[in-house]
Amino acid sequence: MNMQNTIDPTDPQQTARRFNKWDNPWLNTKFLIGCGIILVVVLFGLVGPLFWDTNLAFTGSSPLNKPPVWQGGLPEHPLGTESNGRDMLAQLIVAIPSSFKVGLIAASVGLGVGLVLGSLAGYFGGFIDAFIRTISDAVVTIPTLAVLIVIAAFFPMRDTTSMAFILAAFAWPGPTRIVRSQVLSLRERGYVRMAVLSGESPFGIMFREMLPNMLPWLAASFTGGISGAILGATSLEALGLGPARIPSLGTIINQAQVSSALIRGMVWWWFPPILVLMIIFTSFFLITTGLDEIANPRLREFKQQ
Amino acid sequence: MGGLTWQYIIRRFLMMLLTIWLGISLIFLIPRLAPGDPVTAMIVRMTMREGYVENAQEIIESWKERFGLNDPLSVQYMKFMRNIVVLDFGYSLARFPTRAWDIVRPALPWSIGLLSVASVVSFIIGNTIGALMGWNKTPKWLKNVLPLSLTFTAIPFFMFGILLIYIVAFQLKWLPASGGYGRGVTPGWNIDFIRSVIRYGTLPMLSIVLTSSGSWALGMRGLMISANSEDHFLLAQAKGLKPFRVFMRYGIRNVITPSLTAFALGIGGLISGSTLVEFIFAYPGTGFTLYQAIVTQDYTVMQAISSIMIFVTSFSVFLIDLLYPLLDPRITFKTNK
Repeated sequence: MNMQNTIDPTDPQQTARRFNKWDNPWLNTKFLIGCGIILVVVLFGLVGPLFWDTNLAFTGSSPLNKPPVWQGGLPEHPLGTESNGRDMLAQLIVAIPSSFKVGLIAASVGLGVGLVLGSLAGYFGGFIDAFIRTISDAVVTIPTLAVLIVIAAFFPMRDTTSMAFILAAFAWPGPTRIVRSQVLSLRERGYVRMAVLSGESPFGIMFREMLPNMLPWLAASFTGGISGAILGATSLEALGLGPARIPSLGTIINQAQVSSALIRGMVWWWFPPILVLMIIFTSFFLITTGLDEIANPRLREFKQQ
Repeated sequence: MGGLTWQYIIRRFLMMLLTIWLGISLIFLIPRLAPGDPVTAMIVRMTMREGYVENAQEIIESWKERFGLNDPLSVQYMKFMRNIVVLDFGYSLARFPTRAWDIVRPALPWSIGLLSVASVVSFIIGNTIGALMGWNKTPKWLKNVLPLSLTFTAIPFFMFGILLIYIVAFQLKWLPASGGYGRGVTPGWNIDFIRSVIRYGTLPMLSIVLTSSGSWALGMRGLMISANSEDHFLLAQAKGLKPFRVFMRYGIRNVITPSLTAFALGIGGLISGSTLVEFIFAYPGTGFTLYQAIVTQDYTVMQAISSIMIFVTSFSVFLIDLLYPLLDPRITFKTNK
């Protein structure tokens, strides 16, 4: 243990040298842009209720079919209203945080389960590994929507939380595979073998030695999971299987589609939820690919000096 | 080419059966975990619609008896599985005397046609773009142009489909917005019908291809970058082989396997995604039928379509698994003894 004392951080021979302080892998352009946009969208949903009456999203008390204000609509409804007399701006303000909530819950549960199963499979190998791998391979193959539709049809969704947990049931195989393959490769590394020899418990090895080294992978799989869950929720809602009374981005799309908003030229009805979702998905995609590049240096662009 | 052994085929086949069994079991169990039973639920719905149903309790009892809902769960399960094997999904609840399978069957060719064309086209386009992006001999202008094709990568198929309907069908009026074929065309093997099907299928296909090819491209790009520095690749260049030959035979050929794995894993998502595309385009495939079943609360048709989706996915994954040894002779599944 005396070894630690001999490391001198000022000695350039011993510390990992960086050519300059901007050469940090976490300063990845895609990652930062994605995070920035997501932050703006989240803020819109969080700050919105302070400035706008969200009751307008639940009660159809406004005039019907008003275009947005720049197309000659009413100033009280800047983004217009739809055929049920609900204010579009209020609907968006309510819908955005609920989409993020679904994504966060489902992805967290999926990641948690994946972490446990993946490390069990990777660490112990043998029958446990074969079993977990087979089941997760099978679940990955099953088209999620096929089962989700049956669930949503028989258990009508009342709130977004129950929806999130149902989506989580299909969010674990991805993280499980990643954690398993990482544990398999980390298990052979010198410092992990060292920890095994010095008698550290499997739990300690997993969380103290291995986990910090797979953080970028886990983060990429987490953000991928969030956008996957939001996609699943939006798909169900767009098919009309979401919680009926709560405005959500998918439900707005469903109602616009059912009311033929496209043919009626009501762009302000169907376009805003799609625009918001496209922004959300694209930002999460940027974050995920950015994190992949952080985790896997071979994917990084070569910068010419 | 001789890597395909019976042992491997049987193992992948068992994997396919396991996947189907798991999915079908979920579809069997979920409705039975729901509060109440399907018959009571149906009567309740009828009561809600009609106001009052005479002898409701007796109807419930006699129907439960007839549908075998009073049997123990294991007996019901065996019956369900046996019926699934012969594609018997029971009667449609919304259009009663019709069987669920007879509603689903006419929709199948539409979906399978759309999905197979769209997925193969997007796989080929995406991988070509990705390989060009990763190849160190790609002309510089092309390398700057290609990333533009990734713009739509993260957008779900059906949202892109709505945009396409708005721009291409309504604003530009180039292609029809909904349906599978035009009015006044008789379905069959005649030129008019085929032309109409292609015309109507273009937009749904485009909305899948333009959004899904990007993810293949990204994966392929990473693989190709690492292939650039492989010894055999450098040797092929040093030998003075034609760049195209180096690109195809020494580059793509050697790194296509992980892409194929991604393809197998992505089929489920593709099928889920195209369901919504069909809904948006009112395309007469299973996705649109499924939407109609949801609206009319036709549970048996929903179960039938979900089961078919599980069958098709598992079978396609099985087929792709069989392709591996043919594409990549390095993989042999022979056990060394």
